[in-house]
Amino acid sequence: MTKEEALYEYLIRLGDNALILGQRLGEWCGAAHQLESDIAMTNVALDLVGQARMLLTEAGEVEGKGRSEDDLAFHRNEFEFRNNLLVEMANGDFGQTITRQFFFDCFYFHFLQALKSSKSEFLQAFAMKSIKEVTYHRELSTDFMIRLGDGTEESHEKMQDAVNLLWEYTGELFEKTEADEILIAEGIVPDLTQIKSLWEQDVMAVLEKATLLIPDNKGYMASGSRKGHHSEYLGYILAEMQYLPRMMPDAKW
Amino acid sequence: MKTATGKEEIYALLEEVKDPEIPVLSIRDLGILRDVEIAENGQVTVVITPTYSGCPAMDTIEREVKEKLEAEGLDVLVKSKISPAWTTDWMTEEGRQKLEEYGIAPPAESTADKASILGKPKVVRCPRCKSEETSLISQFGSTACKALYRCDDCLETFDYFKCI
Repeated sequence: MTKEEALYEYLIRLGDNALILGQRLGEWCGAAHQLESDIAMTNVALDLVGQARMLLTEAGEVEGKGRSEDDLAFHRNEFEFRNNLLVEMANGDFGQTITRQFFFDCFYFHFLQALKSSKSEFLQAFAMKSIKEVTYHRELSTDFMIRLGDGTEESHEKMQDAVNLLWEYTGELFEKTEADEILIAEGIVPDLTQIKSLWEQDVMAVLEKATLLIPDNKGYMASGSRKGHHSEYLGYILAEMQYLPRMMPDAKW
Repeated sequence: MKTATGKEEIYALLEEVKDPEIPVLSIRDLGILRDVEIAENGQVTVVITPTYSGCPAMDTIEREVKEKLEAEGLDVLVKSKISPAWTTDWMTEEGRQKLEEYGIAPPAESTADKASILGKPKVVRCPRCKSEETSLISQFGSTACKALYRCDDCLETFDYFKCI
């Protein structure tokens, strides 16, 4: 694997996470329990889709085959996507969406903090820009975790169910591939093992305040997205997201 | 093709390009307009930067910059760059005043103050009655760059341009 191939894989991974999570959050538009939450979910979605556009544009340039951000977003199939399983999980109820967001935001926040010292000019600029947005996202999801976890009996139960459901999808956020090894050695990306310990400290502290427990699943963690093996959900997300550009390939906004 | 006489002429023309979401502010007031370069052949390069990554106003702003300068017979190239990342510190003093008159509370302090980045501004003044007794309703408002506040005196809700 060359350095360019490694960088392409890594950019696709980051871009797909932002794109798919943005698409998921966009599903809340007009459907949240109160206007403020509806607006918050779609604001976060907008930030993420904006980030995905930068990342996929850059990925297309690194790849050097003339693919644009739209080609990559709308004309790849499930097995070519590299987003984590966590971000494609269903919205469920609001508590489940917040729990998914909280797990991801804590990861993304610490990851971007570390990426600010990347030797890649693009990734450094990207991290400096995005961390400002993600700081607000993390604050929102953290507040809701505590408020709903340590809330009423019913809200607590729903949040605990969400943690139980999503916990097994957090492990692969930190999985490394050959691309990681190549880029870490070049000082281009941070080592995910180090991000993991920061993530754990963060998550445990908030779960404790939220009176929530991590499930005892004997350390089992789902895996697969690094190789393009996804859950059934991704196909449905892509079917909706890609419908128009595939139906009318030359359609312009 | 006409050639521009100087940068100030270009800046003056671009003063008329407003943020489509906040039409009282020019892109210069907001700090979105980063640079103007005039090449020897007269081509004008305008550099802009997005406030937020997903800011949907960028395409409109880019088009308006082009239209504005092309109407003057200039050859224009608009470039977007993300580094250094946009910050509310770049908003001009005039911009802050116009924002408040328009009914949006301007960013409360410099981002050098850590508390502002963490989304905990000290005092956000109500742009209607100028009371400093206000509370945060939601960190996310009608556009990516705004939060939603309520004045505890006049009870009106208002937008606050949050610090990033």
